[in-house]
Amino acid sequence: MTASDVTITEAGTPANRPLLEIRDLAITFNTSNGEVNAVRNAHLTIMPGETVAIVGESGSGKSTTALAAIGLLPANGRVSGGQILLDGEDISDAPEKRMIELRGNTIGMVPQDPMSNLNPVWKIGYQVKETLRANGRPSGPDDIAKVLAEAGLPDAHRRAKQYPHEFSGGMRQRALIAIGLSCQPRLLIADEPTSALDVTVQRQILDHLEGMTSELGTAVLLITHDLGLAAERADKVVVMYRGQVVESGPSLELLQNPQHPYTRRLVESAPSLASRRIQVAKEQGVEAADLLAPAAEARAADNVLQIQDLRKVYKLRQGLGKSSDFAAVDGVSFEVLRGTTTAIVGESGSGKSTVAKMVLQLEKPTDGKILFDSVDTSLLKPSELFKFRRRVQPIFQDPYGSLDPMYNIYRTIEEPLRVHKIGNKASREKKVRELLDQVALPQSTMQRYPNELSGGQRQRVAIARALALDPEVIICDEAVSALDVLVQAQVLNLLADLQSNLGLTYLFITHDLAVVRQIADHVCVMEKGRLVETGSTDDVFDAPQQEYTQALLNAIPGAKLMLPPEVA
Amino acid sequence: MIQFIFRRLLQVIPVFLGTTLLVYFMVFALPGDPIRALFGDRPPSEAVIAALRQQYNLDQPFWVQYGLFLKNLFTFNLGVDFTGQPIAATLGRVFPVTVMLAVEALVIQAVFGIGFGLIAGLRKGKIFDSTVLLASLVVIAIPIFVLGFVLQLVFGVYLGWAKPTVGTDVSWSTLLLPAFALALVSFAYVLRLTRASVIENSTADYVRTATAKGLSRPRVVMAHILRNSMIPVVTYLGASLGGLMGGAIVTEGIFNVPGVGQKLYQAILRSEGPTVVAIVSVLVLVFVIANLLVDLLYAWLDPRIRYEK
Repeated sequence: MTASDVTITEAGTPANRPLLEIRDLAITFNTSNGEVNAVRNAHLTIMPGETVAIVGESGSGKSTTALAAIGLLPANGRVSGGQILLDGEDISDAPEKRMIELRGNTIGMVPQDPMSNLNPVWKIGYQVKETLRANGRPSGPDDIAKVLAEAGLPDAHRRAKQYPHEFSGGMRQRALIAIGLSCQPRLLIADEPTSALDVTVQRQILDHLEGMTSELGTAVLLITHDLGLAAERADKVVVMYRGQVVESGPSLELLQNPQHPYTRRLVESAPSLASRRIQVAKEQGVEAADLLAPAAEARAADNVLQIQDLRKVYKLRQGLGKSSDFAAVDGVSFEVLRGTTTAIVGESGSGKSTVAKMVLQLEKPTDGKILFDSVDTSLLKPSELFKFRRRVQPIFQDPYGSLDPMYNIYRTIEEPLRVHKIGNKASREKKVRELLDQVALPQSTMQRYPNELSGGQRQRVAIARALALDPEVIICDEAVSALDVLVQAQVLNLLADLQSNLGLTYLFITHDLAVVRQIADHVCVMEKGRLVETGSTDDVFDAPQQEYTQALLNAIPGAKLMLPPEVA
Repeated sequence: MIQFIFRRLLQVIPVFLGTTLLVYFMVFALPGDPIRALFGDRPPSEAVIAALRQQYNLDQPFWVQYGLFLKNLFTFNLGVDFTGQPIAATLGRVFPVTVMLAVEALVIQAVFGIGFGLIAGLRKGKIFDSTVLLASLVVIAIPIFVLGFVLQLVFGVYLGWAKPTVGTDVSWSTLLLPAFALALVSFAYVLRLTRASVIENSTADYVRTATAKGLSRPRVVMAHILRNSMIPVVTYLGASLGGLMGGAIVTEGIFNVPGVGQKLYQAILRSEGPTVVAIVSVLVLVFVIANLLVDLLYAWLDPRIRYEK
């Protein structure tokens, strides 16, 4: 190795000069309520070839900071202070012409949502081609196929001729990675590149991205809300909170010894790092069981739900009256003990939500039985079904979509009481107030509308609504998946508290094994409509029997990071 | 795809039978005797009337009349109208004129509507946008028979840039003014539709990604904003083609264009069943084919839409 190799990288940058340096960055948005400072005094340094992660919850300014670095702030946003130095050149107020030169060639981007970031009307190959062409690179069919193949898309020549809707989410993200890296940029901005994907796919994509960038010597600015993922993938982590950088440093150091209170909270609540079930509820339960051992045994045999050989077959239309059978759920059997939490985990398409829908009597099973309190639910008369619904309540994934925007919170929570003709106006209002207390929302929330609440608050409203009828079983279909980690931790704690106070039974549908670890007593792992593994959460996590379960567990970001016990 | 087109063409048959039957019935149900109306104040002898009735099958019951019409239609014999001219020849004379008028109007509204809509959408909230929006609202609010006369008076009479009426001198240039009048109303809708669609697509994630790839602004606008914005606009344009063909009665009247609208109007006044039905039948065909073309164009613009087998 000669002296010049040490100090000068390929592109002629002195190795000790940062590739990207953000100094005192301030970003302001003009909104109808006046100016909002989205980012203040942000600092960030990325050396050539280095991976730096920005971690924070939604609204923390992490994406805004990254977008400013590639000159893609929304129309109402602007850099109102500080500098963005790319290789020593301040690009914070560079003319658009210069930014067009830099984009693609020098700074690439892999956006967040693979579903919405490819133009649906152009073939994948064309979207790669125009990138290559715009940056003055050869763009023949072979060049396009090469770019796609490098991003891990098999059969690239054929794939290039397909449209985005013919790709799965993981494949689309690979195509977007291919586009982002096609012109071998020196800096790649990856904005939550995998948060929309299943964990196992997430892992493959991140591994591939890591491999490609280290081979090309590309520096990566990784934006994520998941501290575990950041620590696992990045050399350095920058934590942002409410528009400010609150802490930064080498990943492991920051994780093991967080200084700022916010970082500490993040480390504590990161689902991927927590390794134990939330204990509040369990300790009480265990004590009670110890004192009343026979009663506990009796309770142990009390299966509130028994699912027996459940099948759901959908007919897939294949045109001209032909159809083929597709078994979304295929011979699933399990039991749910009263007062415990059973989690069904699996990737999208594994049939877990279909099971939930059938238990809720929203879909009819093709075959098999669902016993609720030893009664076959398929034999319920309409009036009995109505009573059944009172005892089994759902909480759905999307708190934005599952609350009626035209109903205020009082009406939302009161509605089930009214439908089931419970109490009079005064007693219903009292009940709603109690419910709001239970989910730790202020009474003043009653008069507000869903759009005035945050995601976490809305999910609390959804929980209050589910609790209104004093149900015995609550079915949570991805109930915390749409929430930020801190909010997610709060909601999980709330659910655990409610379980110990009210003796609720949860059936928890999720793709997130980290959440399972925190909340569940029993786990059912589903793959392609079949139940591949069941057992207690500890058993499944400590000694997974199936290869598929192992793959799922290995895919949890940060799973292998060693943390001091007091933090974990 | 070919199966899809074939199936759509098969659908033409019931649509065609249904509409012709309906129109035939409505003409049949018109009050007054068409033969007597032909002669006005000097009624001919009963024998002449009876002969004419027989010639036009007016003495037959409705179903027989309709059946005879269909039979003639499939033997490509459209018959003669009350003035003794073959209906086929009349159609051959008036349809080209209206097609020219409609195509010219369609081009005008597409070019200006999409062009202005695109610029307005890209400059949302700026002066150009506000002006164009206001102007389009004015155009939508004023009925065509007022707009038509104003255009005729200003450009045809005062400024003398165009001939105020078309008459027998039918050409692309003489039809320009009526085509413009005809295009105006749909033009305002095309503009607003394009504008709304452009505004929506401008903030799409894939547009941001396209910019992040290093594409120049014109390329982002043309390939990613405009192309995606065309999907609803094309549907509207296709549907409006039928309207332009059949709905030109007022415009053709104002500018004295010897087209379908004028002929149809005269035929209705005279309760000339066969002529009315013949014209409407062709219009139905135009509608159906225009809609088929829109569907095909739609699939080309949006590959997510595929017409299955």
